[in-house]
Amino acid sequence: MSKKHISLIGVNHKSTPLEVREKIALTGGYEEALNRLRDEQALEFYLLSTCNRVELLWVAEDTSESTPNMQRFLFGEAVAPEKWDDYSYVYRNHEAVNHLFKVAASLDSMVVGEAQILGQIKEAYRYASQFGCTGPLLNKLLHKSFSVAKRVRSETGIGSAAVSISSAAVELARKIFGNLDDKKVLLIGAGEMAELAAEHLLGQGVKGITVANRTLSRAVDLAKRFNGSACSLEELTEQIETVDIIVSSTGSSDLIIKSDDVRPLMRVRRNRPLFFIDIAVPRDLDPELNELENVFLYDIDDLSQVVEMNRSERQNEAVKAARIVEEETLKFSKWQEGLTITPTISALRAKADEICSSEVSKTLARMDLSDSDRQKVEKLAQAITAKMLHNPLRFLKSESCRKGEDSKIDMVRTVFGLENDDADR
Amino acid sequence: MSQATLLQEINYLLFLAVLAVTVLSCAAYLVFFLNQNNQMRKWGRFLLIGSWLLQSGYIVTRFMTIGHTPITTYHEAVFFFAWSTTTAYLSFRWRYTVKNFGTFVSVLILGLLLGSAFASRDVIPLEPALQSLWLPVHAGISLIAYGFFGLAFCGGLMYLLQERELKSRKLGYFFSRLPSLDALDQLNSHCLAVGFAFLTLGMVTGIFWSKQAWATYWRWNPKEVCSLIIWLIYLIQIHQRFTVGWRGRRAALMIVGGFAVVMITLWLVLN
Repeated sequence: MSKKHISLIGVNHKSTPLEVREKIALTGGYEEALNRLRDEQALEFYLLSTCNRVELLWVAEDTSESTPNMQRFLFGEAVAPEKWDDYSYVYRNHEAVNHLFKVAASLDSMVVGEAQILGQIKEAYRYASQFGCTGPLLNKLLHKSFSVAKRVRSETGIGSAAVSISSAAVELARKIFGNLDDKKVLLIGAGEMAELAAEHLLGQGVKGITVANRTLSRAVDLAKRFNGSACSLEELTEQIETVDIIVSSTGSSDLIIKSDDVRPLMRVRRNRPLFFIDIAVPRDLDPELNELENVFLYDIDDLSQVVEMNRSERQNEAVKAARIVEEETLKFSKWQEGLTITPTISALRAKADEICSSEVSKTLARMDLSDSDRQKVEKLAQAITAKMLHNPLRFLKSESCRKGEDSKIDMVRTVFGLENDDADR
Repeated sequence: MSQATLLQEINYLLFLAVLAVTVLSCAAYLVFFLNQNNQMRKWGRFLLIGSWLLQSGYIVTRFMTIGHTPITTYHEAVFFFAWSTTTAYLSFRWRYTVKNFGTFVSVLILGLLLGSAFASRDVIPLEPALQSLWLPVHAGISLIAYGFFGLAFCGGLMYLLQERELKSRKLGYFFSRLPSLDALDQLNSHCLAVGFAFLTLGMVTGIFWSKQAWATYWRWNPKEVCSLIIWLIYLIQIHQRFTVGWRGRRAALMIVGGFAVVMITLWLVLN
């Protein structure tokens, strides 16, 4: 049986500029993309797409063959093939696991320590498992990544010190407007990031929030949550006359607000400053907006640079977190190695022998027996364990297991509690 | 030693003390700007108040030595300019605080004081025609206006620095150290309004003084033309600000440019 390999390919905010990420971000949702992935030669797979990264994790017996296919899937027509290697990173086995754990623990985030990414991974995993794309290996791996993230959060200060993208935006707003008490916010699009930003701004005491969305009902729902008002996308121009901070995060592939739309409005606004925050990928707001006087435009890459300022303070915590991730990666690798037949058989035998001899010696210590009786009792115990193990061992050695059904091996390991022993060792 | 020479000696010593204390205040403010240690800011402010007291003492003793308000020579006018900037800042600071404003203002004050230090301290006897109560009133009020424009200049400079950081989206050294754009813009508005009120008052008193000294209200001499230009520059700024809401980078540039014109004319006129 050939060994299974876990591989990971991806692009993130560090490896790839926003212009490229815009092109390859999923616009059709997970279902469609996962269905397309079925055609590739992967035993198990999972796909994550957020505004900062697109990552593909898959299990295959021969990774050298499948990697180019996965790259083609990731970049499609959007990027010339000779650039693929520059923009994407590929990790295998130990490194892939390590990277996934890092991402889940938010160590690889644009804003280190932000909590959103875990939710995004959980959602991506829910889709993958719902459509039957994951198997025992990835199920275990992803569940493990959740617990690693939790461990990092509880054992290091990385989460509490985290300055999210939204609080970076708030900090900028404060430098532009000073006091936010009488400022109005316009949310365009109703994404998770936008909601988070709105919550942050409300926490700073902004006066009112208006939500604009393609589907008005969604806008109304969100507006109700924030005690704000709703409007349609057609009313944007009128809204920009009165609001001060605009957070845009729609899934649109075209620009929503152009520089030429805003220029005449500045006169109506009596030059009061406007702060545009573009957290959408692909971008919603015209980069030219920043050229207008009293208009400030930040997109998600700019915000990441703002956040960079606080990173050094969190460096120590990050080192601690990286150690936890490395530790958990090693544990996982050990588990994965055990997931073949021979080590499982010997682990099972060793465990049975250990139980048998310890119980026998406990009993014999309390009894006064002759040597021959003693041997008889030992033989009896050994015979019982051997008989008990006979069927499980035969099951492990059977054809169905040899074909590499990891789930069966995993089940045996779980039933006999071999995992816990590994962890203790 | 006669009383007059003693007074001159005290006057000179006060001038040296002003320079020394202002240098220290400026240094404290600069250190505060670097390390943001609040203790340094307190020292800077404390020393600046000390400097203001010494400056006032210098002006009073000089008045006593020369017998008229000391704002006629280059040295005296620039010194009075520094005093009015300090006064404006301290009175302003009393109302509300603008982060790190003191650093910029103390540098400006020190610059003005050094400018006066390099000029001749000789006393030039006043023409009889100029000897009038209008002289201290007119020159004093005008220089107080310049003091406020000096503050606006510092605010405008800070605005330009902060705006550049925010626009470039590469937040560096100044971002955290400078206040918000809004605070700076308000400061500029405030200083412009107060400064302009004083400037207009200075113009009016100047006209009366001219009438008294030369029997005509307006003579179109270079000094008057320059004053008129300055007044118009600030009038335009005030007008634009309060009618169409002029603000931001262009307004800050105008403030900085307007102050440069003030400095140049002051230098031209007094030489």
